[in-house]
Amino acid sequence: MNYVIIGNSAAAVGAVEGIRQVDSKGRITVISDEPYHTYSRPLISYWLAGKVAEDKMIYRDRNFYEVNSVTPVLGVRAEKINFKSKKVKLADGTDVPFEKLLIATGGKPIVPPMTGLNKKGVYSFLKFDDVKEIEKAVSAGSKKAVVIGAGLIGLKAAEALAKLGVEVTVVELADRVLPAILDEHAASMVQEYLEKYGLKFELNNTVAKILGKSSVSGVALQSGAEIACDMLVVAIGVQPNTDLVKDTDVRVNRGIVVNEKMETSAAGVYAAGDVSEGFDIVYGTSRVLPLLPNAYLQGEVAGRNMAGAETVFAGGLAMNAIGFGDLPMLTAGIIKPDSDEFEVLVQADPETKSYRKAVLRNGCIVGYICLNRVDRAGILTGLIKDKVDVSGFKDRLLSLDFGYIDFPEEFRKSRLGGGAA
Amino acid sequence: MTLDLSTPEFLIERNRDRCIDCKVCVNQCANEAHTYDEEEGKVVSDDTKCVNCHRCVALCPTKALSVRKYPLEFRSHGTWNAHYINSIYKQAATGGILLTGMGTDKNYPIYWDHLLLNASQVTNPSIDPLREPMELKTFLGRKPDAVKIENGRLAEKLPPQLELEVPIMFSAMSFGSISLNAHKSLARAAQEMGTFWNTGEGGLHRDLFPYGKNTIVQVASGRFGVHTDYLNSGAAIEIKIGQGAKPGIGGHLPGEKVGREVSLTRMIPQGSDAISPAPHHDIYSIEDLRQLIYSLKEASNYEKPISVKIAAVHNVAAIASGIARAGADIIAIDGFRGGTGATPLRTRDTVGIPIELALAAVDSRLREEGIRNQVSLVIGGSVRNSADIVKAIAIGADAVYIGTSALIALGCHMCQRCYTGKCNWGIATQNPNLVKRLNPDIGAQRAANLVKAWSHEIKELLGGMGINALESLRGNRLMLRGVGISEKELEILGVMHAGE
Amino acid sequence: MKRVYAKEEVCAGCKLCEVHCIVAHSKYPNDIVKAFKTGVRPVSRVIVEENRPVSFALQCRHCEDAPCTKACITGAMHRDPETGIVTNEEARCVGCWTCILACPFGAITRDETGKKVASKCDLCSSNDGVPACVAHCPNEALVFEERK
Repeated sequence: MNYVIIGNSAAAVGAVEGIRQVDSKGRITVISDEPYHTYSRPLISYWLAGKVAEDKMIYRDRNFYEVNSVTPVLGVRAEKINFKSKKVKLADGTDVPFEKLLIATGGKPIVPPMTGLNKKGVYSFLKFDDVKEIEKAVSAGSKKAVVIGAGLIGLKAAEALAKLGVEVTVVELADRVLPAILDEHAASMVQEYLEKYGLKFELNNTVAKILGKSSVSGVALQSGAEIACDMLVVAIGVQPNTDLVKDTDVRVNRGIVVNEKMETSAAGVYAAGDVSEGFDIVYGTSRVLPLLPNAYLQGEVAGRNMAGAETVFAGGLAMNAIGFGDLPMLTAGIIKPDSDEFEVLVQADPETKSYRKAVLRNGCIVGYICLNRVDRAGILTGLIKDKVDVSGFKDRLLSLDFGYIDFPEEFRKSRLGGGAA
Repeated sequence: MTLDLSTPEFLIERNRDRCIDCKVCVNQCANEAHTYDEEEGKVVSDDTKCVNCHRCVALCPTKALSVRKYPLEFRSHGTWNAHYINSIYKQAATGGILLTGMGTDKNYPIYWDHLLLNASQVTNPSIDPLREPMELKTFLGRKPDAVKIENGRLAEKLPPQLELEVPIMFSAMSFGSISLNAHKSLARAAQEMGTFWNTGEGGLHRDLFPYGKNTIVQVASGRFGVHTDYLNSGAAIEIKIGQGAKPGIGGHLPGEKVGREVSLTRMIPQGSDAISPAPHHDIYSIEDLRQLIYSLKEASNYEKPISVKIAAVHNVAAIASGIARAGADIIAIDGFRGGTGATPLRTRDTVGIPIELALAAVDSRLREEGIRNQVSLVIGGSVRNSADIVKAIAIGADAVYIGTSALIALGCHMCQRCYTGKCNWGIATQNPNLVKRLNPDIGAQRAANLVKAWSHEIKELLGGMGINALESLRGNRLMLRGVGISEKELEILGVMHAGE
Repeated sequence: MKRVYAKEEVCAGCKLCEVHCIVAHSKYPNDIVKAFKTGVRPVSRVIVEENRPVSFALQCRHCEDAPCTKACITGAMHRDPETGIVTNEEARCVGCWTCILACPFGAITRDETGKKVASKCDLCSSNDGVPACVAHCPNEALVFEERK
C-alpha cells in the first residue's frame, strides 16, 4: 500500500502511528510546506517566551521517520491533488502517487478585512516561522505590540511578547477574554490576572485600520481610539485550510466533511485534524474542533482505516488546557449554556482564586471550567465522554477532592479493577 | 472542672531527626494521640492518649517513634504502688468499675514455667520427626468404655468425634468482641490446619457458614445468634458456662459495637446492648445442664459432640465430674489467666485458679471416678507456646484452646484496651475504619503459620521423649518434673520434683 | 501487562504508599529521611482517596489506549510499545496540563517543585521490580499483577 499524508503536524503523526499499528510495510510519504521535523504547534508561544529550546520543539523523536519508515518531503508545498490519476502535485513539479491519501493540512489564520494588512510588522501566530519572524522583530527593537484576538492563540502570543518585555495591548471583539472557553466570571478573573502581569485590553472593540507607511506604526480601533505600536499580531483564530480541495470531489462544509472513519466524499481520501470536521459528542453534530488532542485522535483513526482496520472515531469535544504564569485552567465542552435544559453548578472560592463550574444536561455532565484548581479535572472529561449519569453524586463534582471515591462502589470497581484499563 | 489527678501511663518519644511529618501515625492512631499541627507544620503527640499499642511504632516509615513507660514515679511504697494509687484516682473521679481487656497482667505463678519435660537418653531412643512419622492427630469426644472390633473394624458406632490434625484449637471469641476479619482469619486458618475455631457467643456470620466443618458453635447465657441452622452449621456445639477472665459474671457488648452485621448475626436490634447474663437462667443444677446438653443433641440429631466450657474455679474437679455425668462429650476449662474483650479489672485479677492446677485436679478426679474416657478435656487460658501445650497434654489435656496467642499472631500488641472498641490492629473493634486494617488473607496465613510452627515444635519435643504419637503422652505425667514449687503443688499437679 | 490494583476492603488509609512513592522518585530513593528532609521532594504519584471508612490508592492505570499520550502537546507523554508502561519524559514536558485534562482517572499530578512537569506513576520501571507503593503497603491492599 502506498500512503501519502499532506501535513506534518499532530493529525499526520497520528495517521503515521495509526497506519503502523496495522501495516508495518506500506510506503508512507509525508508532505509539508514547512521545512521542520514534526513539531508541536502549541509550543510556538513557549519557544517565543524562551521556555522551550528549538531542539525540544519536536513532537516526536528525531528518528520518528526512520523508525516508522516514512519518507518525509519537507519544505515543499503540495499544490494540487489529481483524484483521477491519484497523484499529488508538488510545488517543485514532482508528482507523488498515492493509493490512500490523508489531507491533514490543518488550519490557516483568520484574517479579517482591514486596510493596511500588507505593511511590515503584521504577523500571524500559527507556525514556527511566524514566531521566528516575531522574535527577529523583537530582537531588532520592537517595543509595542497590538494583538488582535483574546482567544487561546492571542493570549498565549500576548503573554510571550510581554515576557520578552514588549508592551502589549490585546484587542478583542467580544466582551471578555477567552470567550470560547470561559464564562464572564472566569474571564474577568483571567483578565485581572493578565492585567497585573502587564497586558492591556480593549474589549468590545476591533482594529479598523492599520496605521503607518510601509511599516506598522499603530492601529485605529473601531471605537476611534488609536494605539501606537510597531507590531500587529493577528491571532483571531484558525479556519480549515481547505485550499487544496477547493472545487474538487471532496465535499467541504466549514471543514472537510468526513464520515466516522474519517473518510471524505472521495474514495480513498481521508481528512483529519483542523482541516476536517468531526463528530462532537457534546453537541451531537459534526464540527471543526481545532485542537491538538482531537487532531491526533482523528489522524490515528484515519491512519488505521487507511491501512484497512475498521476503526470508528468515537467523537471529540472541545477541551482546552491553558495557563498563564501560575494561573492554570482546564475547560471542556459546553461552558456557557444558552437554554434551561441545562443545569449549572458553580463553586468559587475567592480566597484561593478557585472557580469551578459544571454544566449538566439530562443528568450528564456536558462541560466544565476549572480555574486555578485543576487537579484531576480529567475525571470530569471522562464522565462527559462516557455520558455517565452523575445525578447521584453531582453535589461532589466540583469539590476539590472529588474523585473515584464519590462514584458508586460497583461503578468504581468496574473502572479500577479491570485488566485492560 | 476539677483537677484531673491521672497521669499518663506512657511516654511517646519522637526522634525529630528521623520524623518526616508524613502523618502516618496521625491517621493510624484511633486514640488520637498524634495530631498534625497545621500552624507549626509538624506532627505532635499527646502522651495522655497513648495506650502503647505500637500501631504507630510499627507503621512509622522512619522508625522515629518509640513508646515507654511514663517516667513519673510515686514515692516508692511496698503497699501503695502506682497501680493502686492511680486506680483510686480513676474511681474517685468516675465512681465506676474499672474495666480492662485481655488476661490478668499480675505476677501469679505460672506452673508451665515450673514444669520440665523429659527426654530419652540411650534407652528408648529419641525419634527424629524429620525422618520418621509423628502423629498429632487428636479425637475429641466421648470414648466407649471398651472397643469392640470385628473383622478388623469397629463393631459399634463411636459417639460423634471431632478430628483434629493438631491438638490446638482457637478459643471462643465472639463476633462483636472481635471483628469479622478476625473471625475470617481464624476460620480460614482452622480450615487450613485441619482444626477448629469457636464462634464464641455471638453467632456465626453468614459469610462464615462455609467454614462450618471447622467451626465449634457456642451457646451461651444470652443465646445470641442461636438458631437451628447455626447449631447444625458447626462440627460441635459448646455450652459456655464460664470464662477464665471473668468467672461468675456475664458479658456486655455495648450498643455502639452492634452495627448492621453484628445485629444480623446476633439477631438483636442494631445499636442495642447485648447483655449475656451471669448464669444461664435455665440452668441451676447439673440436671438442668443435662437438659440443655440433650436439647442440643436432639437439635443436632446426636451427630455432634457437645462441649461445656467452664472457668477454672475452686471446686472445678467436682463440677467437671458433674458435667461429664450430665452427658457432655467435651469439657473445656478456661484458666484464670485467660483473656477477654472486656472484664472488670478486679474480677480478672482475683477470681479463679490457674489452669495447670485445674487441669491436673479435673483429670485426676475423672480418672479416680473411672469416667475419664467419657469426656475429652480441652484447656485454655494462657497457653503461650508449644511447650505449654506439651505439658498440658502430659498432665492430661486432650487438646488446648488458644485465644490470646492467636490474636497476637493476628497483630494484637496486648495493650489491654479491647473494651474501648478502638483496637488499632483491627481485631477487637467493629469500627469499619479499623476493621479493614486486619487483612483476613494475612491474618489467616499468620494464624495458620503459628499453628504450623507449634506443631513442628511439639513433634520435636515428642521425638525427644521417644514418643511418636501424641496419644502416648496424654496424661503421662511421668514425663514431667516440677522445679521450685511446693510439695502441695507437686501433689496437685501429680508430678515428681526434678531429681526424683 | 502487570498493573497495580487496590483492594479497598483492606486499605488502612495509612498513606505509606504515598510516602514511599515520594521516596522512590526522590534524589535519595534509599534514604527516606534524606528524601524528605534534603532539598525539595517530588509529589506523590499515587493518590489515596478517602471518605472513611472507604479508602484506596489510585495511580495511573497505564491504559492501552492512553488518552494522555494522545493529548500531549509535546510528545513527552508516551507509552512504551514493549512494556505498555506510560511515562512522561520530563525534559520535554512544559507543564501545560493537557494530560490532566485528558486522564479519566485523575492520575496525573502537577509537580511544581522544580520545573513545572506532569508527574505520574511509572510503575517504578527504573527500579525494575515491584512498585514502591506495592512493596511498602503494610496490609497487602495493593497488588501488582496481570488481570484479564
